[in-house]
Amino acid sequence: MDWKGRDVISVRDFSKGDIEFLLKVAERLEEELKKGPLDYARGKILATLFFEPSTRTRLSFESAMHRLGGSVIGFSSASSTSVKKGESLADTIKTVEQYSDVIVIRHPMEGAARLAAEVAEIPVINAGDGSNQHPTQTLLDLYTIKRAFGGIDGLTIGLLGDLKYGRTVHSLAEALAFYDVELYLISPELLRMPRYIVEELRGRGLTVHETTDLEGTIPELDVLYVTRIQRERFPDEEEYLKVKGSYQVNLSLLKNAKETLRVMHPLPRVDEIHPEVDRTEHALYFRQVFSGVPVRMALLGLALGVLG
Amino acid sequence: MPESLKIEVIPEGTVIDHIPAGKWLKVVEILGLTKPNGGTLLIASNVPSKKLGRKDIVKVEGRYLSEEEVNKIALIAPMATVNIVRDYKIVEKFKVSIPDEIVGILTCPNPNCVSNHEYVLPKFRIESREPLKLRCHYCERTVEGEEILGNL
Ligand SMILES: [Zn+2]
Repeated sequence: MDWKGRDVISVRDFSKGDIEFLLKVAERLEEELKKGPLDYARGKILATLFFEPSTRTRLSFESAMHRLGGSVIGFSSASSTSVKKGESLADTIKTVEQYSDVIVIRHPMEGAARLAAEVAEIPVINAGDGSNQHPTQTLLDLYTIKRAFGGIDGLTIGLLGDLKYGRTVHSLAEALAFYDVELYLISPELLRMPRYIVEELRGRGLTVHETTDLEGTIPELDVLYVTRIQRERFPDEEEYLKVKGSYQVNLSLLKNAKETLRVMHPLPRVDEIHPEVDRTEHALYFRQVFSGVPVRMALLGLALGVLG
Repeated sequence: MPESLKIEVIPEGTVIDHIPAGKWLKVVEILGLTKPNGGTLLIASNVPSKKLGRKDIVKVEGRYLSEEEVNKIALIAPMATVNIVRDYKIVEKFKVSIPDEIVGILTCPNPNCVSNHEYVLPKFRIESREPLKLRCHYCERTVEGEEILGNL
């Protein structure tokens, strides 16, 4: 697959080979960064179009572009742009591409990034479109696992929390289906992984266990991927109150875990991981944040055609 | 009334048979036959049918619709048969089949899908034919069953 000019919209567009190649480039960049600043993207401009705020994701992309030696323009809320005046997304994209070489877009509507990519001549990277996709999160999750364990095959991975509405765990699970892993889906009954995803994973040859029992499962795991229960995703408050705070990862729970267990979380967290876990060897979530930079550097550099 | 009067033959054109009763208007809309140059239309609605109980028939005089064009109606009239008529004789006959890509016919049931807000044609790909399951090209949501019929 030729990466130059390529859009990054959905995990569905990737093959295993694409993912492996990207992770390798990210790894190389991480090593190169240790030696000093890079200038692969000198003279190139990234436009970050954040139609809804997501400070962490935006900072991660901006940091990645700066570390590649390029520069950044953009906005971080629709109210400060002509969108407020009723300009169409297509027109905004056609305008912004006159100023830049690559676009990163975050938009509250599902499919907005796909539409942007169809309109733009320059590559478009999806930084989250409503409740649909956030492909760079999945790629950095895979990268984090690979860096921590040296590989992904052979691991037993637990996904914990809101598996019903959680966009991150849906696409992570789909991407993990490329590998030889065993999956534990741990959630309250009400928040189980949608049937069609479980069936797809099994159909692709994965061993998938579904359980509500975190304590009983924890000794099995190499990775525990924790997600937050997001109030705003619930159709009604009552359903939310039933599951709110139904699990917490803390030191007493981790007593039964393998010493090598690594705990991940896309952040921000509320109370699903106790801060006392931060100081243990189990905590991988801040390292996960760091991984966002080399992975996004790799994506930007490949799409711009300055890396290969 | 004799059968021959209800289903008159046309000299030249296309006869679309076995449309579910009440759906003829949707069919002519999808095929763009309501436009001034769409061709003369003869409609038979609520005709008794062995296959469907009741059916509609649309005849387009003086126009030969291609298989590709007619396939656009496959979602609302999956049993439809198409007859191409020349000189009062059927010279070609085929059944509609659902195309791999459905553009501009079905709207996306996801209210937050960009295709419901921006100036763009809704587009779906076939995920499975039996049972019929489509996936929105934009929001990636799947649509099946009643939801398809309700959004045509
Ligand atoms: Zn849609």
